[in-house]
Parts: sequence; C-alpha cells; structure tokens
Amino acid sequence: MSIKVYVPLDSGSVALGADDVATAIAQKATTAGADVKVVRNGSFGMYWLEPMVEVETSHGRVAYGPVKPEDVDALFAADFLTGGEHKLYLGRTENIPFLKSQTRLTFQRCGFIDPVSLEDYRAYDGLTGLKNALEMTDEQIVQSVTDSGLRGRGGAGFPTGIKWNTVRQAPAEQKYIVCNADEGDSGTFADRMIMEGEPFVLIEGMIIAGLATGATKGYVYTRSEYPAAIRIMNEAIEVARANGVLGENILGSGKTFDMEVRMGAGAYVCGEETSLLNSMEGKRGVVRAKPPLPALEGFMGRPTVVNNVISLCSVPVILEKGADYYRDFGMGRSRGTIPIQIAGNVKHGGLYEVGFGLTLGEIVEQIGGGTATGRPIKAVQVGGPLGAYFPKELFDTPFDYEEFAKRDGLIGHAGVVVFDDTVDLMKQARFAMEFCAIESCGKCTPCRIGSIRGTEVVDKLARGEDPELQIELLTDLCNTMKFGSLCALGGFTPYPVMSALTHFPDDFKPHALDIAAE
Amino acid sequence: MSTKIEEHSVRVAAICDRMAALEGPLLPILHEVQEEFGHIPEGALQTISKKLNLSRAEVHGVASFYHDFREEKAGKHVIKICRAEACQAMGADDLGDHAKSRLKVDWSQTTSDQKVTLEPVFCLGLCACAPAAMVDGKVVGRVSKDRMNRILDEVGA
Repeated sequence: MSIKVYVPLDSGSVALGADDVATAIAQKATTAGADVKVVRNGSFGMYWLEPMVEVETSHGRVAYGPVKPEDVDALFAADFLTGGEHKLYLGRTENIPFLKSQTRLTFQRCGFIDPVSLEDYRAYDGLTGLKNALEMTDEQIVQSVTDSGLRGRGGAGFPTGIKWNTVRQAPAEQKYIVCNADEGDSGTFADRMIMEGEPFVLIEGMIIAGLATGATKGYVYTRSEYPAAIRIMNEAIEVARANGVLGENILGSGKTFDMEVRMGAGAYVCGEETSLLNSMEGKRGVVRAKPPLPALEGFMGRPTVVNNVISLCSVPVILEKGADYYRDFGMGRSRGTIPIQIAGNVKHGGLYEVGFGLTLGEIVEQIGGGTATGRPIKAVQVGGPLGAYFPKELFDTPFDYEEFAKRDGLIGHAGVVVFDDTVDLMKQARFAMEFCAIESCGKCTPCRIGSIRGTEVVDKLARGEDPELQIELLTDLCNTMKFGSLCALGGFTPYPVMSALTHFPDDFKPHALDIAAE
Repeated sequence: MSTKIEEHSVRVAAICDRMAALEGPLLPILHEVQEEFGHIPEGALQTISKKLNLSRAEVHGVASFYHDFREEKAGKHVIKICRAEACQAMGADDLGDHAKSRLKVDWSQTTSDQKVTLEPVFCLGLCACAPAAMVDGKVVGRVSKDRMNRILDEVGA
C-alpha cells in the first residue's frame, strides 16, 4: 500500500511554497522508487511551520516543517517516509503543543482530511449533525442552536438561534440561507482556511440552517481575493450533489437543499450583510437601512438567514454533540469556542481555536510567542480594520464579546494583529480613516465625508497646526461617525482612531508621517 | 459601429444568455465579461443593459462601484500587494514603495511598456505570513524586498 504524504493546499501554505514541495516529493518518490501518494490537505493553521509535510506512519501521522523544496532530498535520505529523525521533525502532529492545547470543535477535521473527499469527511464523523437534524423538527433544531448560546461569529455577536427563529416563522414560498464569506478584515483568515480545508462542514451547516428555517436555497458570497477557496467550495458542492448530500433528496430524507458560490468584486463594504445582499442581487454594494431586517426581507426581498462562515460551521458539532456540550465551553455570555487568528508581526502566527476567555496577553505573548522581529509589542489591533488598538496595559482583557466592549473595543471576527514598537499609531489612525474613505459605499454622509475630513485632520495634527483644536475636532468627528453612520464601516472606524489617540497620546505629537504620496 | 464592437456585443450577449437564469445575474456576468476580454469593453454595458432590461446607467453604476472591474486592460502581469494592517506590521508600506519605485508607477497604474500593473489589495487572508502579494493570481507570502526583486525580474520589469 502506498504511503500517504500530506502537503497542504491551503493558500497560506501555497504562498510559502507548498506546491513546489508537493511536486518535489512526488518527483523524488518516483526516482527513488517509493510508493508514495501525495494528499493535499487543509492547513492546521500553524503558519510558521508551513509548508508542513506529514507522513502517515505505523505510529501515527508525523510532521516535518517548515519544508522547502531543497529539503526534500535530505528528508528522503533521513527516511522520513517511516518517520525518520531530521532537523525539521516535529513529532506526531496531534502532539504539537500549539495544536494540542486547542479546543477544536469548528475546525475539528481541518488539516486532517482531504478537503474534497466526502469519504474522509464521513470517516471523521462528518454528517452526523445533519443526520441528527433530519430526525428533528425545525423548531427543535432552532431550539438546539439557541440553547448552545452560539452568537454570530462575523463580529456582531447576535444570537444565531434567534435569527433562525425569525426566518423560520416568516411565511414565504422561498427562503434563503446566505453565508457571508466576505472575509475582508485584515488579520482574519478563518473563513478562508475552513473553506479550503473542510468545505463539507460549511455545506453541512448550511443544510441544517435550511432544514431549521424552511429555506431550500443557499448562497456562499465570498471574495475574489480567495480564488482557491472558491475553487474548492465549488468542487465540494459538486461532490455533495453527486452523493445525495445536496439536492432534492438530502441523504434519502426527501428534503431539498441546494447551494452555489457567488464571487464579490473587491468591495470591503459588501461584508456588511445588507450591502452583501444588494451585491448578490446585482446592484451596487450600498448599505440598506434596517428595518426591514434581512430575516424578513433579505435576498430578493424574501426571508433570508445571513450568517458568517464560522457561525454556520459551528452548527454541525452542536447538532452532533448537543447544545450543552457546546455551551459548556466559554465564559459569560460568550459560549462555545472561537477560532482566534493571530497575525501580523508575531512569531507563531496562525489559527488557534479555544473556548472564550483567554486574555489578550496570553494570546499574543504565550501562544503567539511575541513579535517576529523580536522587538517589544507596542500595540495589538483586535477585530480587523474597524477594531481598537490595545496597549500592553490592557493585555488582561479576556477574549469575550462583553469584556472587549467594556474597554471600547470589539472582538469582531477574532483577528488579532500584533505590532512591534516601530509602529506609529498616528499613522495607523490616519490609515483607518483612509481605508474608510476608500471603501465607503457612499450612502451616508458621516462615513463618506467624515472619513476624508478625518485624514485631513490627522495630517494637520502631524504638521502641528493648532494640535489641541485638531484633537478636539477628531474626537468630535469620531463621535459623529460612530452615532450617525448607517453601518459598521463608518460607525466603527472611530474604534481604531480613538483607541490610538487614547492609549498612545505620545504618538499624536506633531511629526512627519512616513506616508508615500498617493 | 465597428466590426470589433459588433463582435464584442455578440460575445457579451452569449455570456448574458448563459447566465440569465441565475438569481441576480449582473455580477456573475460582469466577472465573465472581464474574464473573457480582460476588462469591461466599450459597448458591453449597452448589451448587458438590453439583455437584463436595465438602464445603461444602472449597469455602469454597478460596474464602477466595484474595485475589480476595469475599464482598461491591465498590463501583461498584475502584481497585487497587500496594504492592510497585518501586512503593514511586517513592512508592507516599504515593500509597496519599493515596487512603485522600481516599476516607476503609482498604485493602480501600468508600466509604460504595458508589462506590469501594480495594484493595492486590502487583505489576501495571508495575515500570518505577511507581507503578502498576489502575482498573476498566485499567492506569495513573507515577501521581502529581495523576493519582490526576484518577482519583478521574473515578469521582466
């Protein structure tokens, strides 16, 4: 029997050379006459070890990393096909401390399986949640999700079960499940990783959402910046259809659900749910005023569940193991697990799924291992471009929706971006305003005009033109944007700006900003 | 009407017919048109608007809203460099400046020999291997200046 060698197909791994490594291994195996089957798996999310190559041996899966194509000869010489010793040897995959200390519920199979092999997915207990759901009434499924305490992982943290119940009770001929996979926040890649590494769990979650609400059609709206995720999702949907998981007779139940992938076109604001719906309808991605809620008048004016990828991917495990099992992880009103994405200037960057409640300091210093440059950490931005910059003094903040809100921050989609002491927070504040100006949909004035005025005020501050007045103006402007904007783009841009100003006042003394001409 | 525009409109009409059954077909159509022509060619908006029973202004409004859709063809090679925060934390600003000065272009411009278009991108989801870039659709992580130089050499810039 051929020896299985795993080389990830995850974009992050490919960006570090995984394709070349896979080719080199296959070629070397041929010339060495070794019976090797190269399997392209998802990533475990330990990007400092990528490309991480694994071999299935008699004593389990063992890992080597980070592997470069030029290491392949030496790996063969070291007998890595039987788990031989080599300087890149990492031991058994499941014992790597970064992975072992996690609580992987949503990402339980990501990395272990061939993403488009339904056989692999089933072998790891995939589809059990769906089978259970098929035995339940719509009301029971919704109750289970409500009881689990699952809240929207896109950032708003709205209880998923309550949203589903609204759609369930809405009378309509056609309802929809829309998966918001428009993961535009810098520092986040959980949606990409799971779509590339375990697409069937998203499909399973969407079918369950359909059964719970009476929706028979689903869409995954994702980004054009994610071509691999689109390719793999489409492939998995085809496999699911061919095997009776999707279609008019889900697993022989007589129930219907089908889905397709839609690609955005480079507009950040389309991650906002109403703007996403407009985009899907073929309109400009302009934000809609709420009410009406998308749950009642969503895609094509019909009742629509709009859920984030990770919310939907967390549903199968809830239906498989029960609401109590999921709810028992976490703290306060933040129940279950959260896939934290540790990024930027950090030694051990990657995805770390764990129950809510770790402190920010534990995340970036212990798990992340400090900065990649080896310099001291100065600031950590949590929650993407609309999230606050936290100083070291706030590293005791537990990772929890409410605890972050108490400190004028947000966890958003759980991206954590680390900066060393060379960062200039006035420059970052200016960037937040500039980004808002570039990506504003233009519908509301505080966002459209406020963001431009914001960059101008920061520029005046940098030049030292009446600094006290500029700070007063900037504060007032942020207040207007926060309370006057229609959606989170204009409404949350004040978070990075005001947190930078509040926690790093020294950076706001007049000085030249290192900004190239636009 | 020139024959080129006529030929374009036949191909655009075929794309519209193929995708007409989709719910909300406009974005998929625009993506297909750009895939086929490398940009949204003159006349395409007119054809699409007729096919979808929309005004030309509406179609123009949609095409111009999204950063992805081009009015002009890009250079032979497209290099996208991430400008978002996680990449900034690892030196993306310097990397962008370096690429701009070597190519003698600003963001969203094409070199005078039409070889390379340099575009900013806000997040490729490669935030744990920053700074990141995408070269003709292929992702590259931890792009140092040396790595960027090699990329630019490879595309003949």
